[in-house]
Amino acid sequence: MHPVIPYVIAALLFGLGVYGVLVRRNAVLLLMAVELMLNAVNLVLVTADATVRVSLPHTGNVFALFVIVLAAAEVGVGLAIVLQLYRVRQSVQVDTVPLSDADPTDAEPADPDPTDAVLERTP
Amino acid sequence: MTSAMTVADALMIGLGAVAVGAAMAVVTTRQIVRAGLWLVVALGAVAGLYLALAAELLAWVQVLIYVGAVVVLLLFAVMLTRAPIGISDDLDRPRAVGLLVGGGSGLGLAALLVDAYRWSTVDPAPAGAEALGTAVFRTWVLPFEVLSVLLLAALVGAIVVSRPDIGARTAGEEGS
Repeated sequence: MHPVIPYVIAALLFGLGVYGVLVRRNAVLLLMAVELMLNAVNLVLVTADATVRVSLPHTGNVFALFVIVLAAAEVGVGLAIVLQLYRVRQSVQVDTVPLSDADPTDAEPADPDPTDAVLERTP
Repeated sequence: MTSAMTVADALMIGLGAVAVGAAMAVVTTRQIVRAGLWLVVALGAVAGLYLALAAELLAWVQVLIYVGAVVVLLLFAVMLTRAPIGISDDLDRPRAVGLLVGGGSGLGLAALLVDAYRWSTVDPAPAGAEALGTAVFRTWVLPFEVLSVLLLAALVGAIVVSRPDIGARTAGEEGS
């Protein structure tokens, strides 16, 4: 088996993930691109575990397992934040989110008062 | 050292082509739901790569957690944010910077790894469930426990972030 094949696949997947994170505007698509990058890292870990002889066996597999768990936690919290963003601003385009709320008038929000949007959904 | 291609090599090249092609579709498609479905193909192909690398347990964990749970969560988020079903043209920002950085990092890393490994041959060491369980619960048991605390924190955090009444009360206190 030639270890260079999975390594190159992982590098290409990582590059595609970086491209997706930088180019996509929708926050959910951004999270998908992050998943691609995490998978590329996992692939490197598994390949290294299968091909490099070390004194402590299966470390790469254990780390990949941990990264999968971390990715599940990350996507849970990330989607909660995305849904809250949608609830407040009626949009999940990441380049329309103001970086500071110092002057909310020039940020052209879809709903000018976030408090009302939250309150009217509360039963 | 033989340089001939084995069946595992051919399998990995095929699965890698599927994974990279599907990943390319994920980051370039103009329909949001299709991006999620292409993500299933890409993650499934990566699970197949794990199988070809003799890491069975990880392959099935990948199918269960990524393809089963994470993609379903992402599709739920697509639905809950009322994403447009058809073709939408405003999904991408200008692509020049993304192409430069993404292509540069991907191809640069690929060139680095090709230069490091050339066409060397290795027999993959199989990592069965028993050996992996021994490694997790002997050597890495403390990080495993810390990870369970992290999962609990993420669960509580997700609930707190997504509960509307908590956010409303804080906003009301700030306003008064």
